Amino acid sequence: MSQLKRRDFLKAAGLLGASAALPVNLLRAAGGGDLTVGFLYVGARDDFGYNQSHAEAAAVIKQMPGIKVVEQENVPETVAVQRAMEAMIRQDGASLIFPTSFGYFDPHVLKVARRFSDVRFAHCGGLWEEGKHPMNVGSFFGYIDEAQYLNGVVAGHMSKSAKLGFIAAKPIPQVLRNLNAFTLGARSVNPDITTSVIFTGDWSLPVKEAEAANSLIDSGCDVLTCHVDGPKVLVETAEKRGVMTCGYHASQAALAPEGYLTGAEWNWVTPYKKHVQAAQAGEPMINFLRGGLKEGFVKTSPYGPKVSAEAKKNADAVKAEMMSGDFVIFGGPLKNNGGEIVIPDGTDYKQTAVELERMDYLVEGVRGQI
Amino acid sequence: MLKPWLGRAGVLLLPALPTLCALVTTAVLFIAFLLIQGRPAWQAGPLVFEGAFGSLFAWENTLMRAAPLMLTALCVALPARAGLIIIGGEGALVLGGLAAAVTPLWLPALPAWPMLIAMGVASMLAGGLWIGLSGWLRQKRGVNETIGSLLLSYIGLAIFRHLVEGPLRDPNSLNKPSTPPLDSSYQIGVISDSFYVHWGLVAGIVACVLAWVLVRYSVIGFALRVVGGNPRTPRMLGLPVDRLVLLTCVLGGGAAGLAGMFEVSAVQGSANTALISGYGTAGILVAFAARHNPLAIIACAILLGGLEASGGLLQRRLGLPDATTLILQGMLFINLLAWETLTRRTGDWRLWLRGHWIAAPRAGLEEKGETSHG
Amino acid sequence: MVESDLSIFLLALLAGAIRVGTPFLFVSLGECLTEKGGRINLGLEGILVTGAMTGYAVSYLSGSPWLGVLAAGGAGLCLGLVHGVICSLPRVNDIAFGIALILFGTGLAFFLGKDFIQPSAPMLPSIPLGGWSDDTRVRSALNVNVLFFIGVALAFVLHWGLRGTRWGLVLRLVGDHEDSAQALGYRAAGVRIVATGVGGFLAGVGGAYLSLYYPGSWNEGLSSGQGLMAVALVIFARWQPINCLWAALLFGAAGAVGPALQAIGIGWGYYLFNAIPYVLTLAVMVITCRPDRTLSGAPGELSLNR
Repeated sequence: MSQLKRRDFLKAAGLLGASAALPVNLLRAAGGGDLTVGFLYVGARDDFGYNQSHAEAAAVIKQMPGIKVVEQENVPETVAVQRAMEAMIRQDGASLIFPTSFGYFDPHVLKVARRFSDVRFAHCGGLWEEGKHPMNVGSFFGYIDEAQYLNGVVAGHMSKSAKLGFIAAKPIPQVLRNLNAFTLGARSVNPDITTSVIFTGDWSLPVKEAEAANSLIDSGCDVLTCHVDGPKVLVETAEKRGVMTCGYHASQAALAPEGYLTGAEWNWVTPYKKHVQAAQAGEPMINFLRGGLKEGFVKTSPYGPKVSAEAKKNADAVKAEMMSGDFVIFGGPLKNNGGEIVIPDGTDYKQTAVELERMDYLVEGVRGQI
Repeated sequence: MLKPWLGRAGVLLLPALPTLCALVTTAVLFIAFLLIQGRPAWQAGPLVFEGAFGSLFAWENTLMRAAPLMLTALCVALPARAGLIIIGGEGALVLGGLAAAVTPLWLPALPAWPMLIAMGVASMLAGGLWIGLSGWLRQKRGVNETIGSLLLSYIGLAIFRHLVEGPLRDPNSLNKPSTPPLDSSYQIGVISDSFYVHWGLVAGIVACVLAWVLVRYSVIGFALRVVGGNPRTPRMLGLPVDRLVLLTCVLGGGAAGLAGMFEVSAVQGSANTALISGYGTAGILVAFAARHNPLAIIACAILLGGLEASGGLLQRRLGLPDATTLILQGMLFINLLAWETLTRRTGDWRLWLRGHWIAAPRAGLEEKGETSHG
Repeated sequence: MVESDLSIFLLALLAGAIRVGTPFLFVSLGECLTEKGGRINLGLEGILVTGAMTGYAVSYLSGSPWLGVLAAGGAGLCLGLVHGVICSLPRVNDIAFGIALILFGTGLAFFLGKDFIQPSAPMLPSIPLGGWSDDTRVRSALNVNVLFFIGVALAFVLHWGLRGTRWGLVLRLVGDHEDSAQALGYRAAGVRIVATGVGGFLAGVGGAYLSLYYPGSWNEGLSSGQGLMAVALVIFARWQPINCLWAALLFGAAGAVGPALQAIGIGWGYYLFNAIPYVLTLAVMVITCRPDRTLSGAPGELSLNR
């Protein structure tokens, strides 16, 4: 079993495993015709970032036999998304929907899912809870903080100033987890390293992102990374100023042939395929699906030309530990940047820990406020 | 004789002539644009209609999107009656939504109805205050209300973001910073399962009808016509100009605030940045396309809602980019506003029709008709 | 440490003022010209986005960023002329039409621009003015784009042109008192159409700066309302081209202050910092306006004053 589930779902998981052996074609024939899958994106499909990472995976799903894909982009998180999902169901006959923006989940996906109990809603990023949320809804997400930790390890080796920069959209748990993992990775190499963070306030503000990049570079940061929708601006700005970058969402290596070190990339094909196969086979909805490097939900960009052999060796070693499933990023004792203990000594949060999905602190070594 | 009947029909239809011209021109331009782009133009037209009005679901989709637009359009149309051009409805909407979302937190637990009324009042106060401030600044300080309301709207949005993602944020709202969720009893549902549109639609229509009665039949409405027509006459008549202007601003802002309340309690369930989705800006266009007539606003809001509703079908069936809808909307409003210039003539044509086709030709009228026609 | 923080902060403000302020400068000069003729064009936001897309696309296709800038200006000119011509028809409201133009312009740019999000276009060059310094930060801050200097020159030229040339006098006359202009035999509509068209050209160039220099890429989130903000900026500048220059720099600095403060560790209230330009403009309006007279310097025929 590759997908990680919470305790409550061991039973369902067992069921799933058993039915996975059923011949897919037979069941689909019984269901009659192709499976129509709907994808909704909150932004433009080609944003060099988050939405593009989804759209690229959707294009792979499109190639699968017996699948018809319908897509809609720039769908705001209002009644518009509720109606768009409903339209896919009613007008296109979609029976599996991928609403890919976090903000779609509550209340929009939940509302529509309650009305269409025979349609599957596989939401990206949400936190599905049993009893509280409908059974035809599932949430999947990737532990991209593992790849961000590796970004940090490489950045820690490559930084000369021991100052790293991180441009973030909003201080929300998913962002903080990446920022903290990046910082911990770098400090595992050199405990004196600090990461300066700048919050721009929204997911796509190119001018602010460029300003933030310049400010960070001016204050001495020599490796930058980010968590905004499109890292293109950051990577290009850094390259122009001769500073190194780690990518996010997708590979931006082509934008910075000199300074691109490595990057944290999504691989949505893995969870998409699981949901599509479950739907085709008529298996129960996968309500909670998470995975990291090991499960193939996320991947790292190939190392750029600047990365030293030592950095590669160190990062590869950590990556191997992650692939074996033993590595713990957030283990006690862990202090926040105000000096208070946030994870006590002896407590190790595995990636699956729900506590990590509620992260609300900056770890020691992060310069910034939330 | 056929002529008088045709004449009467003409007189009735003349006010709609600019709108009809605009619709036709938009259709022609839109199809031409798609043809030039080598896109399936002939399929797009019927699909727009199907997506907007082609089925019960399409109607639900359209009306749901139209509901907030009716209210935000009033935020423009009412002050326009007093001669003010207010374009800051977006700020009033989000602040109204925020006020509605925090009311249950700050009041003791109440049954659903009193609480919903309190939320509605709070949202209207917030919105009314914000637009009222624009009106007050204009009357008392001479600050132009168009720019003033735009600036206040931006400031309102910044305050909203700051509060929702800062001091008023629910710590449990994790990755989507929001105010604490409304209790389910304070959430407004849909009219019925077979007509899946939330009650905001009814509120929008009622508000438009009330506004129509106000401007058409009340003394205030009459006074407004005087104030909006000319800045000097009303003062000579001793009309309380400042108070009238302020009243329209507060009422308009209240309508926009109410739209925010419905967004929060019927759609989002809490206040968050998803409230900022351009309803206020779209309302400006709806109001101008409706020539600030509250009843026409209902129709125009439905038209715009329909275009938005149809955008999905264009994307999914024809693979057109989402921006197609933006272009179509832009073309429609450009045409609606441009053809407005015909209204200068329609009055003359109407007289001419009356003179020539309806009434028995008499010498005096004939002459008048000829001159105005020429 | 504190001292170096302060110098970093001031440097970021200075550099940011120029980097972020240049598009403001162009759009506000365009709006200034339009408003001097007695008309307001809120559609510059749509024109800016169209300009950004056109500039990027043409630069990519032709290999010449300067051709891109020209094309962006040309696209802006076309949309500006549409505004100018249609708003010359009686009973067409220029404010509402501007908002419709925002929809149309952004729609056009997003529709036609889909194919140009991925490719990288050649960028505009910059002039390194900081060669004297050993500090890379200073050198980077003083890497100033040519368009900025063109904009500065333009501000002075417009300042002089509006005062000292016949054309400028006619424009101001049309904007201040249409009837007198008519009496002298000038067609107000024609003058305004030209002014709005040229205003559109400048806004298009402002858009090209965004896509071809800073931040230097084309995507649908590129503009964060610079076009609309320029309308406020013109009022802040009291319809004086040279003041537009200072105001653009100030607004640019205000855009840079949030990130710059965070870079030195002050992270509170970035949304509120983003609203500084609006608060400033509103404050200026409240302080300088009186109910019995319009803003000094405001063109008399401007629909804002009627």
